[in-house]
Amino acid sequence: MKSSVITFPGSNCDRDMDVALKKFGFNNKMVWHNDNELPKSDLVVLPGGFSYGDYLRCGSMASKSRIMQSVINFAKSGGLIMGICNGFQILVETGLVPGVLLRNKYLEFICKNVFVKLDNKENAYFKNLNKDVLEFHIAHNEGNYFCTKDQLKEIMDNNQIAIYYCNSEGKIEDQYNPNGSIKNIAGIFNKEKNVLGMMPHPERMIDQSLSGEDGSIFFKNLINNIK
Amino acid sequence: MKVSAIITLKKDVLDPQGKVIHQALDGMGFENISEVRQGKYFEIDVNENDPKKAKAVVEDMCKKLLANLVIENFKIIETQ
Repeated sequence: MKSSVITFPGSNCDRDMDVALKKFGFNNKMVWHNDNELPKSDLVVLPGGFSYGDYLRCGSMASKSRIMQSVINFAKSGGLIMGICNGFQILVETGLVPGVLLRNKYLEFICKNVFVKLDNKENAYFKNLNKDVLEFHIAHNEGNYFCTKDQLKEIMDNNQIAIYYCNSEGKIEDQYNPNGSIKNIAGIFNKEKNVLGMMPHPERMIDQSLSGEDGSIFFKNLINNIK
Repeated sequence: MKVSAIITLKKDVLDPQGKVIHQALDGMGFENISEVRQGKYFEIDVNENDPKKAKAVVEDMCKKLLANLVIENFKIIETQ
């Protein structure tokens, strides 16, 4: 299975993602933001970081990078694209997934482990996962998911919410919402469910001795789903 | 000619920074404030002498990059 990770100026989780993808069997290529064409890929990842120093709005400059036209075309042809953290911010700026990510409600940079509840398993990312609650890591300043009322209705009608912030038992309540996101939303799909944007970092949870194993569970399942 | 654009958050979008600034101003003795909203200001020198055309170019920029229309409004002002 072939994957591509796009590196923007200021990306800093690109190599972590490379390590994670290779560990679970992807033949991964790093792709520079200024390239014209994506290599042939089964999965494209927009990694976390601070692309373009978060100038203007997080992800806004990266969303206009040269490679993004090819990424958008890939999404439109049904290709799997996953945006993590800053990658999620880039996805909303391209319009591939609805909404925006605002500054965290309490104006603090949050760096901690969180639990997320999967809402929808009828997609290539979560299909066949035998867990409903996963422990991932978040590290962001702008992760406060926001969308208009009309967008929210559309998102709910189309089952586009991918994951919610919750507690270890999967309870979705305000007290487990780290950043003020509408409805505890931590990740969202496009209508067709081939594009996934999420704030949590599964690639930081691939080693029991360093962090946890829920990222491993996610990636192992993902590559099996794509095969 | 120079054209300016002011980007502000839409009314129903939470502005925590504006809130904190409001609190700070309040603490400094500026008590006669009902709300503070923070925004962005751009000054763009467009190589165009026709104000209508220059404004149209900046409007296009606002729609495509400078503002995110999900959360922000923009206003264009001709400055020179």
